[in-house]
Amino acid sequence: MTTTLLLIQILNGAQYGVLLFLIAAGLTLVFGVMGFINLAHGVQYMIGAYLTFMFMSVTGNFFAALLLGLASALILGLALEVLVFRHLYDRDHLDQVLATFGIILFVNEAVKVIWGPGTLTIATPEILSASFQLTDNLLYPVYRLSLIGVGLAVAVGLYVIVTKTRVGMLIRAGAANAEMVSALGVNIRQLFTIVFGFGAMLAGFAGAMAAPIFTIEPGMGDDLLIVAFVVIIIGGIGSIRGAFIAALLVGLIDTLGRTVATDAMKLIFEPSAANQIGPSLASMLIYIFMAAVLYFKPQGLFPAKGAA
Amino acid sequence: MTEASASTAQAASIDGRTNKTLLFGLFVLGLLALMPLATELVGGNYVLNLVMKAMIFAIAAVSLDLLIGYGGLVSFGHAAFLGLGSYVTGIALAEGVTDAVSILALVLLFCGCFALITGAISLRTSGVYFIMITLAFGQMLFFSLSSLSSYGGDDGLTLWDTPTLAGSSVFQSGSGLFYSILVMLVLTWLFVGRLSQSRFGRVLRAGKENALRVGTMGFDIFRYRLIAYVIAGLLAGVAGFLMACHAEFISPSTASWQNSGNLIIMVVLGGIGTRNGALLGAIFVVLIEESLSLITHEWKLIFGPMLVLIVLFARGGLVGLFARLRGAA
Repeated sequence: MTTTLLLIQILNGAQYGVLLFLIAAGLTLVFGVMGFINLAHGVQYMIGAYLTFMFMSVTGNFFAALLLGLASALILGLALEVLVFRHLYDRDHLDQVLATFGIILFVNEAVKVIWGPGTLTIATPEILSASFQLTDNLLYPVYRLSLIGVGLAVAVGLYVIVTKTRVGMLIRAGAANAEMVSALGVNIRQLFTIVFGFGAMLAGFAGAMAAPIFTIEPGMGDDLLIVAFVVIIIGGIGSIRGAFIAALLVGLIDTLGRTVATDAMKLIFEPSAANQIGPSLASMLIYIFMAAVLYFKPQGLFPAKGAA
Repeated sequence: MTEASASTAQAASIDGRTNKTLLFGLFVLGLLALMPLATELVGGNYVLNLVMKAMIFAIAAVSLDLLIGYGGLVSFGHAAFLGLGSYVTGIALAEGVTDAVSILALVLLFCGCFALITGAISLRTSGVYFIMITLAFGQMLFFSLSSLSSYGGDDGLTLWDTPTLAGSSVFQSGSGLFYSILVMLVLTWLFVGRLSQSRFGRVLRAGKENALRVGTMGFDIFRYRLIAYVIAGLLAGVAGFLMACHAEFISPSTASWQNSGNLIIMVVLGGIGTRNGALLGAIFVVLIEESLSLITHEWKLIFGPMLVLIVLFARGGLVGLFARLRGAA
């Protein structure tokens, strides 16, 4: 494999990792602070993409569509929280899995009814549609680079919010011991709502940013949700730092694995067998990685202190 | 009231409850046994096929309830065993092995080994981490099955043969297959019931309440849980075998995480920790999916909110609902 190809794959991996982080960040906070398993988080990602598509066809401007999409993703997230999730915080994980599974079924089908079962695409915004000369013979789309940049900026922003601000302090305290925080006079329900809405918005943001790169289709969030769960488990539930590192690791392992696995298998097996084993091994790599991490560190790489 | 008489009364009420549960379960199973006769009159093969599908899912759901209900181990990868069982069956048939006993032995071997290995790793974790690691193993198997390009890959594989039992093709004819599934369901139901009442089941259930205390009393709870995990995997593997016989088709989507979610829905909707609940839940989910899809193509628009409402307002599942109705009456 050439250096150029490796560089491209590393950039693609970083970009996938950044997207995963945007989804995983909300998931890990909701999970860590409220102990709430939200399977419907992937739905927020899908909604973000569809709303951006809708506002794009209305306004014709990607950035206006992005802003409107974010605002409505936030509103939808808050509506779900008030209507359903709020009543499930005290329930056990099984009830949460069941109810959020029901929401996935509903929203996926609703999206299919509203926008049709086919795939949709959004054009890359014009300012960012150029390609960047990375090395002599390597062009890389500016949009993808800016996606990585935006993701890193969000990561830094989140880190500052969580470690330096009062709200962040409450979130960390809530993750450690929600009852104690509540007993000290903090309105923990309100904190939950804020965290939830913010997480939903981040996932919607990821969906909107991913829309010009991937196709928009019903159920697009489902598989990504499972990978996002893998990320937060590897990173340690409730830890933003863990989610960030795990997201990048998973993004890189998955992307590089898909390029390398078949060739690597050819060293061991015959070519025909390697062509079969390679791709399946590549799809399994992140799960193997997660199983290995959990085997040695059952609480993930960066367990948030005191979190359940 | 003295302590002794209180405990006798309590024992009597538990006995009464067990008897009622047993009767209720037998009633449902008896009703199922009569289905081939009933469908002669109404519905025909369509309804019979639906009932068979429901019974196969019921076997898997009852086995999952052994983990969730009695062991407190929420496995989000139980459909992997369904998929593995059906693939071992399908591949054996495609390779010319048609003897049902050999195929079942292979199914048990593969599912047992898979359960033993994944269980030994998964059970090191607990709670949410256990949910996620079982999900990860389920996904691993799903991707392995999808990559078997000589056996259909993503698209699955149509089976041209059915297993034979001592030379006769019981699994081919409608009623032969029906009663094979029913017998397996009854055996599973009885076995899980006996198991949960045995010493083994008591330790398992005690571990759900407080694993630390059980460990302090000298029980190696890990071993008990691992055995339960393997048993549940074997039972679901057999359900996978029956599923392959019934559908005459194997597909990786059998092992998808959505299918694992479906199994959890069945167990929870029915009411966890009661084998009748899992039985009812499976029948209920399969029938409601089918009947809603008859009403509208977009049946998930109804089923999704229904799930949410059931979770919010009907705690304890169907069995709990029945119990409350009886209590109110």
